[in-house]
Amino acid sequence: MMKIYDKKLAYPYFVWMVLFTVVPLIIVVYYAFTDGNGAFTLDNLTSISGYGSVFARSLLLALIATVICLVIAFPVGYFLSRLRVNKQHIMLMLVMLPMWMNFLLRTYAWMGLLSINGPVNAVLGFFGLGPYSMLNTSGAVVLGMVYNYVPYMILPLYTSMTKIDQSLVEAAQDLGASTTKTLVRVLIPMSVPGISTGITMVFVPAVSTFVISRMLGGGSNLLIGDLIEMQFLGNSYNLNVGSAMSLVLMIIVLLCMSFTSSFDEDEMEGVS
Amino acid sequence: MKRFAVLLLTLALAVCCTLPAFAAGTIEVNEDISVSADYDWTRFKGQNITLNVYNWGEYISNGSDDSVDVVAAFEQLTGIKVNYTTFDSNESMYAKLKSGAADYDVVIPSDYMVAKMIAEGMLKPLNYDNIPNFQKIDAEYRNPDYDPQNAYTVPYMLCTTGIIYNTTMVDKAPTSWADLWDEQYAGNILMFNNSRDAYAIAAFKSGHDINPQSTEEVDEVVKELKAQKPLVQAYVMDEIFDKMIGGEAAVGVYYSGDAITMIDDNPDLAWVFPEEGSVLSVDCMAIPATSEHQEAAEMFINFMCETDIGKANAEYIGYTTPMESVREVLDEDLRDSEIAYPPEELAAKERVFTALSDDVNSELDVKWSEMKSYDEGGSSLLFLSLLAAMVALACFNIWRKLRKKSRNQY
Repeated sequence: MMKIYDKKLAYPYFVWMVLFTVVPLIIVVYYAFTDGNGAFTLDNLTSISGYGSVFARSLLLALIATVICLVIAFPVGYFLSRLRVNKQHIMLMLVMLPMWMNFLLRTYAWMGLLSINGPVNAVLGFFGLGPYSMLNTSGAVVLGMVYNYVPYMILPLYTSMTKIDQSLVEAAQDLGASTTKTLVRVLIPMSVPGISTGITMVFVPAVSTFVISRMLGGGSNLLIGDLIEMQFLGNSYNLNVGSAMSLVLMIIVLLCMSFTSSFDEDEMEGVS
Repeated sequence: MKRFAVLLLTLALAVCCTLPAFAAGTIEVNEDISVSADYDWTRFKGQNITLNVYNWGEYISNGSDDSVDVVAAFEQLTGIKVNYTTFDSNESMYAKLKSGAADYDVVIPSDYMVAKMIAEGMLKPLNYDNIPNFQKIDAEYRNPDYDPQNAYTVPYMLCTTGIIYNTTMVDKAPTSWADLWDEQYAGNILMFNNSRDAYAIAAFKSGHDINPQSTEEVDEVVKELKAQKPLVQAYVMDEIFDKMIGGEAAVGVYYSGDAITMIDDNPDLAWVFPEEGSVLSVDCMAIPATSEHQEAAEMFINFMCETDIGKANAEYIGYTTPMESVREVLDEDLRDSEIAYPPEELAAKERVFTALSDDVNSELDVKWSEMKSYDEGGSSLLFLSLLAAMVALACFNIWRKLRKKSRNQY
């Protein structure tokens, strides 16, 4: 009889992972370090240096979007975790609701909303403001990122905050801590696991997105994702440079994750 | 006199003979479609043949909106099953065919991609005896640059690039590609988000060929695009529909067939063929070298060139048909549209894309991505400092962890 903790049970996924994660990774590395004929070269990596501004823009915009998501999601997560359980389910569903719609469609909708003749400018015009050209700017790209990824920040924050006992907050207040102090000394340290997961889950997709920047950035606010997409589906079909760019992106993501995960372990010890 | 009578008699006879022959010259598939009877359409009936047809999305009359379902009519007529799938760019079609992931019997690439595929031996020479309708293709679309012997392709639909503008938003209507560099339209211009078409515009403007021969030529022309960038509102493809129809931009560049659709939705829009000329793109039917049903595929191609089918497709898609006989029977509005069927003096200035050499091609792509990412100079430094900061943070973390470990040992 097979025991439930038999490690053989994990083999199917292990095989899956090797086939569809490890092997493709090796292929990416191979392409990144070879030229069209399969000879070893570093040209692909060095040619990327010309796109520094694109990488910088991607990192910066993703960073800004992550911070905004965090600021928005923290109070929402707290609020959700303090609700009665049945209400929590309804509210959680409301958070998830936009994700039932296609990602492209949601982003496309913002294109219409932000346009010169769009509803946002119409409302502003009612108060005698604008019209502003909001589309095709970095701001619009950040807005798109925040809108699309904020649920990924709210959910982990909510999960880690449900574990915070309300009595801890009450105790802090009983002992004379101000609201700010309760927040800084109790709530934030205890929700660090959620914060770090949230940061990873928002930052990583945001730094590699290409649809958002194409639709809301007007094609001139190029991000790394756009650049990679152009190598594979553009007119030259340059797998090598595309792979090299993916590799650099992967390293950036790894750095980011090593940062958040170490942060995580660290504070967890203090909490548990 | 007697001779005259005989002549009359033979003439009358000839008329009598041809009339019923003419009527019997077609087979009615359904109420909208009749095809030439002078072709053995049914020779594959009952042989269980399936044709894999790979076409652009929304590029055939498919039965929606009261149109004719062309594929169903073909299946009904010939008994051949059609497995119809679509792609969204020449490049993705090419990548799929190249990878050998799927077998197709009919593909519909554009001109420059045809040239590339011919060069790489990816297409089969056609047997034009099986495609008698090829005779209907207008002479000007035969033996094109991308297929000089006309051995591999039959043109399906055409379109040209040009400028579409909003008459209420411009003081002076644009007339040439060079106007897209005019300050008065600053922030109101929509450009192609695809390197070939955008390059062609800059090449027309600066008097270069749209098919660059050397990398130096590419560098020079892309400089024009760089100079234009500050005036451009956005680089778009199909997003242009919403933007032009909604009055978001004053001037845009796009394909003639789609311009007709946009003008239908917003009568303020107008179309102009730029003075310098424009790019004619031809989407062609061809058979991949891997196809196992060449004859059936040729039958499909022949079917697509039937007048009724061509009419159904042209009216559904709005693109230009390469067959005069089809144009004659089109809906009046479309037939007389100067956008779809430009007058001769304009048509004479049309150019087609050919395949570029590998060097030139990759140079074009590199320069194009550079142009797109170029504006805030010096950001490379910012990137390096960000990267350095991240590395420093990671190192700091590792150090902290190590320190903690060594402390915990005690």
